[in-house]
Amino acid sequence: MTTPQPSTRPPQAAPGEPLLCAEGLHTHFELRQWGFVRVGSVRAVEGVDLTLGAGEAVAVVGESGCGKSSLARTLLGLHRPTGGTVRFDGTPLNGLSGRALKRYRARVGYVQQDPYGALPPFMDIQRILAEPLIIHGVRGRAERERRIDTALAEVGLTPAADTRRKFPHQLSGGQQQRVVIARALLLRPAMIIADEPVSMLDASVRVEILELLRRVQREHRLALLYITHDLSTVRHYVDRALVMYGGRIVEQAPVTDLLARSGHPYTEALLSALGDPDADNARRQREVPGGEPPSLVHPPSGCRFHPRCPHAMQGKCEVEPPPPDFRPRADHRVACWLHE
Amino acid sequence: MSPWLQGLTRLRQYPSALAGLGIIVLLVAVAIYAVTAIPYSEARDLWRSGEAWQDLPTSAPPVWADRLLGGDAPRTIRVATDDVVMEQERYEGVRLQRATLPVEFPYGGFPQEVNLFVESQFDDRQPFVRLTWRTPDGEAIPLGARRVGESERISISQDRQLESRLGFAPQVGLFTDAAPGTDDPQVRQGTYELVIEAIQFEETATLDANLVVYGQVHGLFGTDHKRRDLAVALLWGTPIALAFGLLAAVGTTVTTLIIAATGVWLGGWVDAAIQRLTEVNMILPLLPILVMVGTLYSTSIWLMLGVVVVLGIFSAGIKMYRAMLLPIREAPYIEAARAYGAGNARIILRYLVPRILPVLIPTFVTLIPTYVFLEASLAVLGLGDPVLPTWGKILNDAQAQSALYHGHYYWVLEPAALLMLTGLGFAMLGFALDRVFNPRLRSV
Amino acid sequence: MADAPLMEIEDLGLSYATEQGTLRAVDGVDLALHRGEALAVLGESGCGKSSLAKTLLRTLPRNAYPPTGQLRLQGREVLGLPEERFRREVRWVRIALVMQAAMNALNPVVRVGEQVAEPLRIHRRASRRQARQRAAEAFEEVGIPTDFLRRYPHELSGGMRQRAVLAMALVTEPDLVLLDEPTSALDVLTQASIMNVLKRIKHERGVSFVFITHDVATASELADRVALMYAGQVVEAASARAFFDEPAHPYSRLLMAAVPRLHQERPPSPIPGRPPSLLDPPAGCRFAERCPWAFERCGEPPPMAPCGERHHARCWLHPGLGGER
Repeated sequence: MTTPQPSTRPPQAAPGEPLLCAEGLHTHFELRQWGFVRVGSVRAVEGVDLTLGAGEAVAVVGESGCGKSSLARTLLGLHRPTGGTVRFDGTPLNGLSGRALKRYRARVGYVQQDPYGALPPFMDIQRILAEPLIIHGVRGRAERERRIDTALAEVGLTPAADTRRKFPHQLSGGQQQRVVIARALLLRPAMIIADEPVSMLDASVRVEILELLRRVQREHRLALLYITHDLSTVRHYVDRALVMYGGRIVEQAPVTDLLARSGHPYTEALLSALGDPDADNARRQREVPGGEPPSLVHPPSGCRFHPRCPHAMQGKCEVEPPPPDFRPRADHRVACWLHE
Repeated sequence: MSPWLQGLTRLRQYPSALAGLGIIVLLVAVAIYAVTAIPYSEARDLWRSGEAWQDLPTSAPPVWADRLLGGDAPRTIRVATDDVVMEQERYEGVRLQRATLPVEFPYGGFPQEVNLFVESQFDDRQPFVRLTWRTPDGEAIPLGARRVGESERISISQDRQLESRLGFAPQVGLFTDAAPGTDDPQVRQGTYELVIEAIQFEETATLDANLVVYGQVHGLFGTDHKRRDLAVALLWGTPIALAFGLLAAVGTTVTTLIIAATGVWLGGWVDAAIQRLTEVNMILPLLPILVMVGTLYSTSIWLMLGVVVVLGIFSAGIKMYRAMLLPIREAPYIEAARAYGAGNARIILRYLVPRILPVLIPTFVTLIPTYVFLEASLAVLGLGDPVLPTWGKILNDAQAQSALYHGHYYWVLEPAALLMLTGLGFAMLGFALDRVFNPRLRSV
Repeated sequence: MADAPLMEIEDLGLSYATEQGTLRAVDGVDLALHRGEALAVLGESGCGKSSLAKTLLRTLPRNAYPPTGQLRLQGREVLGLPEERFRREVRWVRIALVMQAAMNALNPVVRVGEQVAEPLRIHRRASRRQARQRAAEAFEEVGIPTDFLRRYPHELSGGMRQRAVLAMALVTEPDLVLLDEPTSALDVLTQASIMNVLKRIKHERGVSFVFITHDVATASELADRVALMYAGQVVEAASARAFFDEPAHPYSRLLMAAVPRLHQERPPSPIPGRPPSLLDPPAGCRFAERCPWAFERCGEPPPMAPCGERHHARCWLHPGLGGER
């Protein structure tokens, strides 16, 4: 592997700089009318600080529209951040272009939500997997085929020769997602960003894919950013979890700690809205905060969650946004005035 | 199996596709035959020359058309002195050559014209020729006597003197036994003879004569007003029509698609510029521009092709492809390609364009005849290529000569049939391809 | 449960014509639903649960063959009803539908109030005023402020739209509401609040639900009874209590173990393999290939066998069939 740093679990103990480090990251999208008149902006990511050590698996949890996918795309270099800095392996990504950007892209693998949509339907698997290699100048058909076979074997699509000839629609959803993961691994990246990789898969396949991601992440000591809306798929597959709400990170902690002793009212709401399968569920009303997810165009003042928060303190929460680093425990950070 | 192969296999289920393919294969075969049998330069010269066509009748319908209607119109009969024995007698200082050219005339109608082409070689003194027409009854009609030059056409049917002697136009009077002035003279069938008696004043002088009794019908396709066999133009029109249609369709669709994809992918001012250019171009009328170019500059088919392609690029197609490509731009696989470092050109050519090719192929196939028709329309408007024989030029000539008014239906119907056949072939194949590749139309 | 079931499905079968051949999407399904019950039809993609839903409401695609078997509503066979009578007497009168994508279920250019009142005007011949009055009541019932009646669908959030669709289904007071993945496009919190509404309506009004879902946890939020489908067949039908606490079929047990849970230390374990093709399903038990407990007998198709009160499983291991657990 290209990153010589040792494992950084837990991240706070990391010697030197972590693999990925974002500070005060903002990604806004301008809303325009008639193509040029600015009428506002969508503040998808607003002041996110994030570190990801080499070999560390981190989950970003949040509901749709909380900015988690925009965060992923910004880190992938697909959106330009409107503010803040991102450093990867010591190099700033801001303003990276041309060759340097291409080199960065070889070091970051991307796994998307919809495995069928993520594969060009008119190419066979062989071709799909050859594309990144061709783009990054891996010469020689034999060499490419060797690497493709290795990647396919790694994600458990064996015999590789059978899979290579197939087209995406001939594979099941789980197999398609394995191909996507193989593609993300082909260029021997240092980091993988997986945006809702299992939300479109069946329950029996989900665990397989999550286990696969965890396995390759550990074997190659990859940094993994796992983006999900489903807190229940987090526990066994990452080390640390962040919760996003309204474009901001509201809580981050080691995953077991987060699930057992959540500090932010929003995380609590998520946990109490979700249930494990149980016959008694049908007999009880769940506690759900009222209201709607915040608008990213006209977000609420102060703490983004205050209009829905059962513990909101008047005169405080709607006035000033809480800083992101109240620490109820050493490695547990919450953006909530309750922990002041 | 690749989706392409699957699509093509599925094509076999559509009889219309096979029929269309059959027609196209036939047209291509004709085109290949045309260019190999008559090379390009030869075809061009042949069509323009007058000499090559001098022994064909003017505006003669095809033989089969007459026979189908139960007619018995005469075909063209050619008899040459080379085919018969030339008698020779010597007198003092002169030679008398005599040849009898038999004309077997079994038809129910009178010939269109009668011409005698005479070629002679001499140093100084022209031969003197006397012609006599002998009917099957043995009656001899003198056709006059004259000196002939090296190459001469003696238009027997144009002989006014003879006409007044016979009481009919010569081509009628010579082939009937009706009394002069009869309203409806009937043909006297049988073997006629033209006796040529030449007096040669030089020992080495020669004389060759070639009698042409022009029929009222000709060949498979008939002739035009310049005696040209339409077969040549119909045959050579095929490769020109196909090439024009194919090149124009390829030129417009491929460039249009790539430009549309570029605009969709790059967005911003590039897209806006392409859109505005298209909108301006869409209100420009194609035909008047072509007429202007043709009138002011040149009517060369290749120039026309160029103008058609250039004006065809920024056409409604751009809007259509844009609408198809816009949702594809947002496809996760494109985002993935960006994430693994694919450049703009690669994304446009390898990720965007191939996605809509299946929908494009049928459009492309049905577009070919559109351009074939356009080329024909241009020719009809008098903007046909000045030298090449094409289907459109036949129509143009037919129109100029008021072919339909004169009842020369074959002249219009033959090129029209070929145009329709082309349209039919490509349309049947195109519609079937559409059903195969366009999922919205496919009903299970 | 002495009275006749509200809905009875007997030996229901449905096939589609595809380019590869005949696809048997639903094969021999028997189900019964009593008044006031909620039945969750649970299964993974391609198991036939959506085809089952489409058969109940007769919204089948064109390549479907006419369904076979029987569908009885309060003892009356309706599967064979002519289309026009089915539309007039069953659809929306007896069975109403709540679809997954609420945006597609609403006409974007008509105010939601009008749309919610529409079924009443059509099926109950209600006056405009009555219909509006009932629509307002339905809105209150599903928790939408009544001033939203005058809004257009795009002015509502996803959760509100889904509630509006629910109101539309409830407004004619049907015997049965068919919920086809009603919350899977929604966020966690919205999903939970919609489930709360459904629970309340079920409790207060005694509406019966057939709840189609792929999500085990969501199924448990509403179900009194659960029918688990696999490869076109119901493999287990049981009360929610029995199903979630002590599933009988191997597939049910493995599926329970495969579901990631919030509060459980033991990691979930995947089910190896994939479902058989419905174009050419295996002759015997359809799960046998993936079943760790499979034995010779599984080469024969197992029948649905009782294994408790209103509890059936399609497995040879079952005591009722002489196997041992």
